[in-house]
Amino acid sequence: MKLKQALLAGAASVLFAGGASAQISGDVVKLGILNDQSSLYADITGQGSVAAARMAVEDFGGTVNGKKIEIVFADHQNKPDVGSNVARQWYDRDGVDAIVDVPTSSVALAIAAVSKEKNKAFLNSGAASSDLTGKSCQTTTVHWTYDTIALSKGTGGAVVKAGGDSWYFLTADYAFGHALERDTGDVVKAAGGKVLGQVRHPLNTSDFSSFLLQAQASKAKVVGLANAGGDTINSIKQASEFGIVAGGQKLAGLLVFVNDIHALGLQTAQGLQLTEAFYWDQNDETRAFSTRFEAIMKKKPSMIQAGVYGVVLHYLKAIKEVNSDEGEKVVAQMKKMPANDFMTKNAVLREDGRLVRDMYLFEVKKPSESKGPWDYYKPIRTIPGNEAYRPLKDGGCPFVKG
Amino acid sequence: MFELIGIPPQALFGQLLIGLINGAFYAMLSLGLAVIFGLLNIINFTHGAQYMMGAFVAYLCLTHLGLGYWGALIVAPILVGAFGILLERTMLHRLYKLDHLYGLLLTFGIALIVEGFFRHLYGSSGLPYAIPAELRGGYNLGFMFLPTYRAWVVVASVIVCFGTWFVIERTRLGAYLRAATENPTLVQAFGINVPRMITLTYGFGVALAAFAGVMAAPIYQVSPLMGANLIIVVFAVVVIGGMGSIMGAIVTGFALGVVEGLTKVFYPEASNTVIFVIMAIVLTIKPAGLFGRTA
Repeated sequence: MKLKQALLAGAASVLFAGGASAQISGDVVKLGILNDQSSLYADITGQGSVAAARMAVEDFGGTVNGKKIEIVFADHQNKPDVGSNVARQWYDRDGVDAIVDVPTSSVALAIAAVSKEKNKAFLNSGAASSDLTGKSCQTTTVHWTYDTIALSKGTGGAVVKAGGDSWYFLTADYAFGHALERDTGDVVKAAGGKVLGQVRHPLNTSDFSSFLLQAQASKAKVVGLANAGGDTINSIKQASEFGIVAGGQKLAGLLVFVNDIHALGLQTAQGLQLTEAFYWDQNDETRAFSTRFEAIMKKKPSMIQAGVYGVVLHYLKAIKEVNSDEGEKVVAQMKKMPANDFMTKNAVLREDGRLVRDMYLFEVKKPSESKGPWDYYKPIRTIPGNEAYRPLKDGGCPFVKG
Repeated sequence: MFELIGIPPQALFGQLLIGLINGAFYAMLSLGLAVIFGLLNIINFTHGAQYMMGAFVAYLCLTHLGLGYWGALIVAPILVGAFGILLERTMLHRLYKLDHLYGLLLTFGIALIVEGFFRHLYGSSGLPYAIPAELRGGYNLGFMFLPTYRAWVVVASVIVCFGTWFVIERTRLGAYLRAATENPTLVQAFGINVPRMITLTYGFGVALAAFAGVMAAPIYQVSPLMGANLIIVVFAVVVIGGMGSIMGAIVTGFALGVVEGLTKVFYPEASNTVIFVIMAIVLTIKPAGLFGRTA
């Protein structure tokens, strides 16, 4: 008898609690930063992204509609299975409401599906594949900072325009590299250029000499690096060693971060053109953010880390409006509001989840032009968002109508 | 011009040479492992971390002391070797009587700690280290452009490898060493300080790793992850060559570099797995490894 009463009371309290907190689950908004904490992408995402998310929460005031905002983080080791497991555990057991950052496109595509299944928001800053808002789009996905289309149009377009009309790709052999190679190839062909071939290397390779030799033998005018992080660093360094550039071929780093330039040194990296959504030394606002960030992380933020700040802030603003943390509802609200922060000016989050922002083409300075550490880029051109990103109708996203 | 299996011979020669260069690193690293395993029976999982430390010592010497590449080639092995000796004296020597597994776990744990420490201090992108001025540039061999530095790597590696082999297999000191591993009590009875010899051998194996680290610094980034990326492959090399066989480690190191290089042409996607496929095949057919003796 006693047991039955207790059970009834328990059931009632669960029902009651459920009714009272129908809006923000668990009376807390919990953000899970899921990225590479230990390997080749750790410097461009990693703890820096966690710090950026914390800064956003702090600037938002620490609570939303009276509910506390919490941040947790984990390492996905660049493996889709590890990432999915963490995501399910976070959603099912730990009450996480949104997963943030997630570099490595293969992992990001897996998390996008899990988030949709659990109706949670997926706020991606770190991954590049344009498929996240194309054929693999989800109503719960936000792709915030950049994508392979923007990179290929920016850097690829600039290189083709400068006469680089035959290409050979050095491609990281997973979802991101394939997407970047495909999208850049499209840009090259659309401009009348040719793709002579490609070689696909495993993720996290240390020696590129064999691949570089194949690129050299192709006689292509441009060697396109469709890889990222440590892979790009080693490719550029060894390309200079093997005399690729001295031999008349041009290197096009399709995804290069300011941290990579810092690691390479200007002597090796000078003259490289690259596309980014953010550079710390663009204006007073970006400098102010970067100074704050540097006080915590002892280095300048990458565009991914800067983007994490922006997407978290925009997400919290949307929660404030709809007073709910259900994935579809919040993301729908995020699409209704123009996005504004230190690096994003009146940008629109499109129906397919793509944030259309201006991108910037930079060139790496010569050692003589640089005033010191982290003074690496000179601006070449601002690429308006509508030119940089794929038109909505061309993405093949199933839920986008007409 | 004729073609071999779809690629022109020029390209093939180039790839063979590149394979040999990468094999030089495998040989130098697996040599140290083989010496340590063959003479101490310790599976030294810290080897990758010690290789990384060698590269970092070179970097730190250059940035803080102004000591260049050639100085680092001497200083780094000594410093890292001393670290190895400290490790052996304080921890490893307690494990000789236990199962191999304990040594493996201890060294693996130390490797994780060391790597985490460097990652915390220097991040994961790595640090730049320029090729020394004397070794910049390269030769046009007709079929490929050979950077001078890479040529130097092969030469230095061959000298170090065969020097080590000679000392251990062909000199009196080497004979003592080998005898001490077979029967320490008996050798001690002849008045030879066996524990000290063992300690110095471990220090030497570690110094070899650090030497390879300095050699690698100008080619790869000086990065906390550089050892972790390589150590598993190097272990596979040692297993294929035969655990503890010094000549086996050297020959398989170079040979697998070549095999891996060729895979990068014919089926690049598999280039990081081909060595393990070979390992599986060798273990099935000849469990003691190509050069190993079954006990």
